[in-house]
Amino acid sequence: MVDEEVKIGVFICHCGTNIGGILDVPNITEYAKTLPHVVYAADNLYTCSEVGLTQIRENIKEHNLNRVIVASCSPRTHEPLFRATCFEAGLNPYLFEMVNIRDQDSWVHMKEPERGTEKAKDLIRMGVYKAALLEPLEKIKVSIIPSALVIGGGISGMNAALNLANRGFEVNLIEKEPHLGGLIRSLNKTYPTNEDASKLLEITNLVEENKKIKVFKSAIIENIDGFVGNYKTTIVQNENLTKIESGIIIVATGASPLSPEGYYSYNGKDIISQMELEHLLKNNSVYANNVIMIQCVGCRNEERKYCSNICCMGALKNAMLIKEKNPDAHVSIIFRDIQTKGTTYEAYYRKAREKGILFIKYLPEKPPVIKKDHIQVYNEFLNHEISISYDLIVLSMPLIANDDSETLAKMLKVPLEVNGFFLEAHVKLRPVDFATDGIYVCGSAHWPADISECISQSNAAASRASTILSKDMLEVEGSTAEINEDLCVGCEACIKLCPYSAISKDEETDTVIVNKVICKGCGVCGASCPHQAITIHHFTGDQILSAIVTYGGEE
Amino acid sequence: MTFEPKILGFLCNWCSYAGADLAGVSRIQYPTNIRVIRVMCSGRVDPVFIAEAFIEGIDGVIILGCHLGDCHYISGNYETELKMKMLSKLLNFIDFSDRIRLDWVSAAEGNRFAQIVGEFTEHIRKLGPNPLKEKKKKIEILDNLNTIKAVLSDRRLRGLVARQRELTTEGNVYNKVISSEEFEKFFDDAILNELLRHKIMIKIREKGKSVPNIAKEIGIEPYKVLQHIVTLRARGWVDVDEINEEIPTFISIKEG
Repeated sequence: MVDEEVKIGVFICHCGTNIGGILDVPNITEYAKTLPHVVYAADNLYTCSEVGLTQIRENIKEHNLNRVIVASCSPRTHEPLFRATCFEAGLNPYLFEMVNIRDQDSWVHMKEPERGTEKAKDLIRMGVYKAALLEPLEKIKVSIIPSALVIGGGISGMNAALNLANRGFEVNLIEKEPHLGGLIRSLNKTYPTNEDASKLLEITNLVEENKKIKVFKSAIIENIDGFVGNYKTTIVQNENLTKIESGIIIVATGASPLSPEGYYSYNGKDIISQMELEHLLKNNSVYANNVIMIQCVGCRNEERKYCSNICCMGALKNAMLIKEKNPDAHVSIIFRDIQTKGTTYEAYYRKAREKGILFIKYLPEKPPVIKKDHIQVYNEFLNHEISISYDLIVLSMPLIANDDSETLAKMLKVPLEVNGFFLEAHVKLRPVDFATDGIYVCGSAHWPADISECISQSNAAASRASTILSKDMLEVEGSTAEINEDLCVGCEACIKLCPYSAISKDEETDTVIVNKVICKGCGVCGASCPHQAITIHHFTGDQILSAIVTYGGEE
Repeated sequence: MTFEPKILGFLCNWCSYAGADLAGVSRIQYPTNIRVIRVMCSGRVDPVFIAEAFIEGIDGVIILGCHLGDCHYISGNYETELKMKMLSKLLNFIDFSDRIRLDWVSAAEGNRFAQIVGEFTEHIRKLGPNPLKEKKKKIEILDNLNTIKAVLSDRRLRGLVARQRELTTEGNVYNKVISSEEFEKFFDDAILNELLRHKIMIKIREKGKSVPNIAKEIGIEPYKVLQHIVTLRARGWVDVDEINEEIPTFISIKEG
């Protein structure tokens, strides 16, 4: 191929009247014939029609074309079709180049047809100069290990594991504690149904009994290697090493409650946390008649700017449970903003009000002050300090990121956001994906999530994961970066620059290499490499410069 | 005849190129001067491409990427910003920085694309042609642009820019994080030094020259030229050409 004479065919589309009605297509076609390496140029009504595609296929054969250019609409919509056509005629699809003379020419210069025609000529010439330097590339095929690794055996992890097992995939579920269940094990009842948390834990049995799921408890991750379809994870259990191979990884590591130590004279006796109250309620040992709950303790402040999402509903639930058991009890919730989104949760809040639970708003700059037997709080609406007596104060503490999340993130090479929670690829479009292919996130590992959110997210993550697991092979773009060993000095700047951690140092050969499966071909490394030692295939420096030179040099 | 500038545009595939397509679908009209080169990410645009464009007589270059934070490749456009900042600082020395524009256009901003291209075309029209086209200035401008291209191709500034985010956020090999202000100061010094060194290199490309002569040609004090010559000799780029009456002349021995 390298030594073969370059023979370019240019196909110029009228797109009905969309291009042909404005630009002088026959004139452009004649011009294209005069360009270097062009052995064939023709115009047609619709290049993307079967007639047009057949014309491409036939002329590739008849004129032995080894480069094809279509000047028509946008490569964003039509490049795949024309590439496939080239492929059908035996031409490597990367030897195709598209020139946009509709969306970025005839449609935007409708009143200047002559200058639009000149522009089309320039664009085609630039395309020809680039195309002459195109190189054939191969899509890379990767085999996929058809099993999953789920990290974390809480409600999210268990549900994701079960979901994937029910689709027929082998699942490895690893949990650092000796038991499955995660935070639900510490809960009494769950909102908004007020069901016993133990009921939800029945899923534990389903997981443990499922033949497709291998559960590893008291397991610590030692190392994670590999890429989409081929992850290799080493775990340690009682000093025993186990290697787990998986095609995908789901991160469902959850979060931890912030310790109440040091907040509002917490003492664990009459000033306790919401988690401790869960425990008391479970054992039926709440005897207080005057209960005050304080919201947003240790969060939505300078140190922790976020809202923990689950504490308002949690407090409402526990307040109502106390009221149900002891209708004479006085329960007050001192809050900053009550967050009960959606119809069900908002109805739950109304129910709490109807039950006589008192809601008192406080300002962050004037937080409540706890005295010996009463609490003092400034009320904005009354513009007055009020005091309420208590025999039990409950602090609503946020969920915070696990202290080992950073270690895990580094092993997975995925990012964390500022509070230490895992950061998804795109907040709206890819909410359970990481930018790294084949790794997903669900539940409170991503952000404090309640049980129904954990279930939907873990179903989503399992579903996304199965789009990979259900394939035998994965095809990856051939236009990737490649490091020229002769020019590379091993400064490793590119390793840090790559957003996908596709570049690494090969310890054996002591060279820096690109993993072509992980590389997305963005080209950032190539444009920044201090020694210009990186080739960005299909967008090489030579190809781009060639287009620049012919545009500039033409007078 | 009015001057019709030659504008080159680098558009990233995912945002700005899609925004340009949307301008088409919406039939938003804008000046015909721009010719677009599509790249997958604006971070692919090597500053050398732009220096080359000016050497080839192009009048203005526009680089458009996804809005910061929205890059299809997560952080690619932050790197674009750093690279273009370096380029702009260098071009500033030869009065070319007005001829580039970096901006952000999303796939939904067809209008914004047309507006930016319209504004930039008008701006270049007012600025006039690439001064390379003036016969009298041609040699000087070409020397300047080739100097800039040489600086941009050399590993020193490229290395600094490539490591800028790492140095100012994660720290250097001694785990010392350099503040952005510190970096900026250091970087500005580096730019000036590299520019002078490459200027010297171009002056002694074909013919050996003495320190006082080089100093006169590029308009800086001889002792500074000498300092740079020492550095360039250490790099193996310069050697003594001959010694006339105890005054040595220096010549470039750099390949390529």
